[in-house]
This record gives sequence, structure tokens and C-alpha cells, in this order.
Amino acid sequence: MRILLIEDDITTADFISRSLKEAGHLVLHCADGKEGLLTALDSPFELLIVDRMLPSLDGLSIIKSIRGADNPIPVLVLSALGEVDSRVEGLQAGADDYLTKPFACSELLARIDALSRRGGNAVEVTRFQLDDLEIDLLSHEVRRNGKLIPMQAREFRLLEYLMRHQGQVLTRTMLLENVWDYHFDPQTNIIDVHISRLRSKVDRDFDTKLLHTVRGAGYVLRMPAQD
Amino acid sequence: MQFLNPEEPLYMKLLRSTTIKLAVLYLLLFTSSVLVLSGFLYWATAGYMERQARATIEAEIQGLSERYEHTGLAGLSLLINQRLKRNPTSASIYLLVDPNGKRVIGNLDRWPQVDPDSQGWVELRLSSDKVLDDKSHPARAQLFTLRGGFGLLVGRDMQYLRNMELLILEALGWGVLLTTLLGLAGGLWIGRRFLRRVELLDKTAQEIMAGDMAQRMPLRGSDDELDSLARTLNQMLDRITQLMNGVKQVSDNIAHDMRTPLSRLRQTLETAQDSRLDQPEQQLRVEQAVQEADQLLGTFNALLRIGNIEARRQRQAFETLSLNQLVDDVVELYEPIAEDRQQQIHYQHNQVSPIQGDRNMLFQVLANLLDNALKYSPEQGQINISLQQPALNCIELSIRDSGPGIPDELRDKVFQRFYRLEESRTTPGNGLGLSLVRAVCDLHDIEIQLHNGNPGTEVKLMVTVKAEN
Repeated sequence: MRILLIEDDITTADFISRSLKEAGHLVLHCADGKEGLLTALDSPFELLIVDRMLPSLDGLSIIKSIRGADNPIPVLVLSALGEVDSRVEGLQAGADDYLTKPFACSELLARIDALSRRGGNAVEVTRFQLDDLEIDLLSHEVRRNGKLIPMQAREFRLLEYLMRHQGQVLTRTMLLENVWDYHFDPQTNIIDVHISRLRSKVDRDFDTKLLHTVRGAGYVLRMPAQD
Repeated sequence: MQFLNPEEPLYMKLLRSTTIKLAVLYLLLFTSSVLVLSGFLYWATAGYMERQARATIEAEIQGLSERYEHTGLAGLSLLINQRLKRNPTSASIYLLVDPNGKRVIGNLDRWPQVDPDSQGWVELRLSSDKVLDDKSHPARAQLFTLRGGFGLLVGRDMQYLRNMELLILEALGWGVLLTTLLGLAGGLWIGRRFLRRVELLDKTAQEIMAGDMAQRMPLRGSDDELDSLARTLNQMLDRITQLMNGVKQVSDNIAHDMRTPLSRLRQTLETAQDSRLDQPEQQLRVEQAVQEADQLLGTFNALLRIGNIEARRQRQAFETLSLNQLVDDVVELYEPIAEDRQQQIHYQHNQVSPIQGDRNMLFQVLANLLDNALKYSPEQGQINISLQQPALNCIELSIRDSGPGIPDELRDKVFQRFYRLEESRTTPGNGLGLSLVRAVCDLHDIEIQLHNGNPGTEVKLMVTVKAEN
């Protein structure tokens, strides 16, 4: 994916560029706000990563200008301002996601992954399947190997989110924000407990494990790696 | 910076001091009123006497001319002679001259060669034995021409009046001088007293600035404005001291609480550097180090967040929200943890009014409180949550654990940053959870109460429901 990174802190920019390149993306870096905006409008990128505080033009103004030009490109905002208000401001300005510094590299990659796949399937999908695991959004039924698995409402939403993003690494924060719809800082490994309960329902009694833990990053629902 | 220079002589200080300026101003005002009053007194006494003298002269001329009409020159001369004899040294002046200007009778030596004004008045100067000259006594006289060409002059030697005037003026002058001196002395005295107290306050302030924070402004107990100022200053100093202690404690705590994880991080990295370790072992160390660093960052973020919330007073992000929904969600989120530890959450609730708030912050509060309740309750323990609305304007949320409880004397401390009860030092956590709770509750005007739950601790949040408008 071609990604434009607008970030004035060289160390952070290097760190992000390196990890994105390792993940197979093409990265162009701008350290200045105005220059960044011109580059973004000039050349076709698939994703924009914008720092909020920049020289000459701040991040939110860049996003507003881009949205003003009817450019639907996904934008992820990086910011040291982590309070809920500034997050809301960022999203209101037209950003698609908001990540607070400092962040783990895995979190950034997972979010970029999620953003790049967003908006792809315009058709409302009502059924998802992975191997022999099936989920029906209309009847709220989950089956594995044809056998009905009883689920509580939240477990169902968690599984639905994982199924929608199968193959993508999802971080704990992403799960909290999207499944529970709260932006907060859990002091305990609360998500791990929920995942392990879900795992006990969909994976425990089956040989093929589908719900995997990605160390230092989060969780992913996919076929086990062949080795 | 210095308010008064102690090296300066007192009169210089006095001159610059406000009190003296005021005292001098009052003094000027006072003196000028005394002057006006004296002027009036002077006019009323000396002026009156002069007017009286004129009236008498006019009356006398009137009388004498009438006498001349009735009894002729002889009668008039007789009368004047009688009057002069009756009181030879009196201030009265009489002169009767024939049409040639020759003296017929009178105590003035000759007819004055000055033109009278329209009413016949002349100003004269004469010696004490009534000889006209250019110096000595002032006198005033009226000239009158009688039938037959005789001239009549009646006047008064005004010297006694001048003397009287001088006496009055002198007395008034002394009075003004005395008033001024007394006023000045009084002003100086009051000013010095005031200055001394201000100097004392100034000196104390300087001592405090030099670092002696225990010093307080001296009070005289007179309850006047200076005392009240000193009292206010002392209250301000108390508040500053309290804040400084707070800041100091926080920074001490930060230093203390950061040192441990930082040195752990350092050790882990040092171990990872060891070339004798094999690859997976090294990987593990680095992962550990990252975890340590994340924890540190988390602590810093929490600190910043508390600081931000505490500093913030605007409530733009507030929305109408249902506490029922929030508590339902948080209970549901933590239910699995309770189950893992075989703890039971009893959740009682009524439908409560919607409130204004920041749902993410409030969710954080509920999560922190429930997390604590679960953490400090024993396995198979019980957590009671109740959400009620006992009055229309008050919602009560209570979370009661079955843990060891908080000793009474430490109840206030648990809300301080980094404060952790001794027993909980070993459980994970950064000691910031309740500080955050307090900050968010303050922002939402929610009152937090800690009660003894018998056993355990009961945290009560009293939410005020504001009338909708």
C-alpha cells in the first residue's frame, strides 16, 4: 500500500517508516504540514498518517482540506494529545482513526490494516465463515462443524468483529473500542479473559484452532499456520 | 521587590508613605476650612465695627445739621464743644469751618484738602493729637455743607479699629498655625504606627520569601483592616503550603514509583545484552523490557490524564447518558473475571434519570472501582453493586467489596496519587486508579464517599441530577 506519513519528529517518523516498510508498504515521509498537504493532494496514496502538531499547518487542518476536496482517502491521526475531547475533534475533522502516542508498532499496523479494508464490501454481509466455523448475523447463531454453539450477546459481537476482520491482527484497544464501544484504559487483562471464554466455546473442543494470540499485539482469527 | 528600604531615614519613608500623603491632604483641607472660618469671623467682627462707625458718623451729622437748623451756628458750636469736652481723648473728630474755611470749632486742626466721594466720605491720616499729616493714624470722616456755606466734618480715628483688626488677625493666625502643627503631629504619629505594622508585614513576607515557609503574618487582634489583611495572607500561605506539600509528595512519589520499574527495565536490558544468552532467551528479555517500558508509559499517561482532567473545567464533551447502561456494561465486561475467581457480583438497580457526562470517563471510573472491588475481594467473595435514585435530584451508586477494608485513618489518602495501602503493594496496579476516579468525579460534581462495608469497603458515588432546562 502507498502510504504518506506526515510527521515532524524524525525518530518517530523513522520508526514508523521502517515498520511499515517491513510490513510491505511503500512509505513517503513529509516533515512539514504544508508540504504534506500538497503531496497528499498531488499524488495518489491509499492511506494518510498525519501527526496533529506540525510546523506550518496542523494535522487537523490538513485533514479538513483533504476532505474539503472530496478526497475519501483513509486518514489515521497520530497525536500526543490523548484526551477523549481531542480524539473526538480528530474524528470530527474527518479522520478515520486516532492513535495516541506512544503506541506499539503492532497497534499501528493492525489499525492500518483495518483501515485499508474498510469500505470494501458495500454489500451487507449477513453470514461469515472460516473453516467450519459459521456465524449468522440474522439468526444470531454460531455453529462449528454444524453444531450450534450457544452465545451471549457480547460474545456474539466479539466473534462477529473477529470474523469480519478474519486474518487481521486486532489489538485489545481495537476490540474494546469496537465491541464494547468504550474508549478507556482497562487496568487488567479484561479482554484476554473474554477472549479465553470465547476460545473455550469455539476452539476448545476442536482440533483446528482458529483464534490465535499474537504475542505483543493482540488476537487474530484465521486458519492455523501450516508448518 | 523591596517595599521599604530599612536604610532610609524615617522622614523619607514617611514622605513616600500613603498615610502621610493622606494625612497631609487632610491637613490641607482642615487648614483651609479653618482659614475660611477665620475669614468669616474677621469679616463678622472687624467689618461690623467699621460699618458701625460709619453709621454712627452718619447719624451724628444728621443730628448736628438738624441742631444747626433749629438753633443756628451758636447752638451747633455749643453742642460740638460739649461733646469734645465730655471726652477729649475720644476717637471722635469734629470740625466746623466758616465759608472761608476758617475753623470755628473742632478738634481737627484744619479742613482737609481732599475731594470727598459722592456720599461725602474722605479718608484722612492724622496724628494722635488730631493734626492732619501724611502718616500715622487712618481716619474716616464725612463732610457736610451747612446752610450759609459752613462746612461740617464728623469723623472717627480708625486706629483703635485697626488695632482690633490686628489683634483678631493675630489670634486667627496663631489658631491656624496651631491647627497645622497639631494635625501634622497627629498625622505623623498615626503614619508611624501604620508604617511600623506594614514594615512588620513586609519583614515577615521577606522571611517567607527567603524560605521560611512556617512564618506567619503577626496579628494584633484589633480586627482592623491590617489584621484582616494579615489573616487573609496567612490563609493564602496555608493554602500555598498545602499545595506545595501536595506537589512535593506527588513528585516524591513519582520519583519513588518510577525508580523501581526503571531499574527493572535497566536490569532486563542489561541481561539481554549478555552475549552468552541464546536467541529465544534474548528475545524474551527484550519483550520483557518492552513490557516494562509500556507499563511506565501507561503510568505517565495516567498521570497526565489526571492532570488534564483536574485542570479542565469546561465540559464540552458532555452528553446525556444513562448510568443504567454504563453500569450494565461495566458489570458485563467484568463478569468473566469475577467468574474466574469464583466471585459473585450482586447487581441491584432501578431505572435512574439520565445525567450529563462524558461516557468514556465515567466508564473508566466504574471500571476502576469494579476492578478494585474484584481485586481486593477474596476468592468466592461477594461484590454488591446497587444503583438507586432515592430522591429526584440524587442518584446513588454503591459498590461494596468483601475485602479487608480500608482503615479509617487512611480513607482520605487512598485518593492521593500513587498511594497504595501496604497490603496492596504486591498486587498489580500503579496507585493512580482512585486519583483518576476522584478527578473525573470532581469534574462531574459527583461526591465520593468511602464507608466501612462490614466487611470490606463501600464506595458510594452521589450523583446530583440537574434539573433540565
